[in-house]
Amino acid sequence: MFDLTGKTALITGASGGIGGAIATALHGAGATVALSGTRVEPLQALAASLGDRTHVLPCNLSDAEAVAALNKQAVEAMGSVDILVNNAGITRDNIFMRMSDDEWASVLEVNLTSTMRLCKGAIRGMMKARWGRIVNITSVVGTTGNPGQANYAASKAGVVGMSKSIAYEVASRGITVNCVAPGFIATAMTDKLSDDQKGAILTQIPAGRMGDAQEIAAAVLYLSSVEAAYVTGATLHVNGGMAMV
Amino acid sequence: MSDVESRVRKIVVEHLGVEEDKVVESASFIDDLGADSLDTVELVMAFEEEFGIEIPDDAAETIQTFGDAVKFINGAL
Repeated sequence: MFDLTGKTALITGASGGIGGAIATALHGAGATVALSGTRVEPLQALAASLGDRTHVLPCNLSDAEAVAALNKQAVEAMGSVDILVNNAGITRDNIFMRMSDDEWASVLEVNLTSTMRLCKGAIRGMMKARWGRIVNITSVVGTTGNPGQANYAASKAGVVGMSKSIAYEVASRGITVNCVAPGFIATAMTDKLSDDQKGAILTQIPAGRMGDAQEIAAAVLYLSSVEAAYVTGATLHVNGGMAMV
Repeated sequence: MSDVESRVRKIVVEHLGVEEDKVVESASFIDDLGADSLDTVELVMAFEEEFGIEIPDDAAETIQTFGDAVKFINGAL
């Protein structure tokens, strides 16, 4: 559908369900991919299944120095970072009145601050190349809010505002910055929900089912493509109609 | 004209598309040479590459004119 032959992509959180699907889609379109994440084994397993044009770059995104080094490692491995997908994210849920400063700070650090650092690092090379694609994975809860997730929702809404601001600044350099906001996606995380919980969630989704990780990956692939050059500062909601915004 | 000066001038001329004789010591990148703020970031990146130096953000903000750039780079080499 879209051709990314000759392009290089760095994907964070590639050890997870959605990140793995994104990496697979970009790789399938011809891109060379650098797979980042905290857990090395699933990254290596994914790299092995994809074959050529893959690099494994483990990174703990709560470590500022490691984040600063990640972009350089990706450039060393691939020669450039043409496409950056900030997919990694953590949750530390708690009702707001019980949420500790630490629960707040750790989620903001990984989800928002590390995304900022990676964008800054990657844009340097993209400005020189006069071409770049940044796709930040946010969440429907950044728009709708969600009880128990004040920190997570704030971090995701923060990424949207930051992405739009960066999009303004770098549009003249051929760089687009967009977000993809998944709704409920079937992953290892949602597998843990009980049937009752799942049933309650499904009543909120007009499509009547959870989404597949591949359906998020397809949105990322589009926004990474040459064809999406005129789309910037946008948030593409992929949520089965759960929130039409 | 020093070697540093001519190399800096070449980068400025190429990047901003201005006439060489406009690039004088007091010429402000933004006010006189038509650069926008992102151009100044790119100029600093180009200077770093050309001269193999690191220009930290707080120093980069003080480089407003062609003369500032030549002076900073001479000091850093």
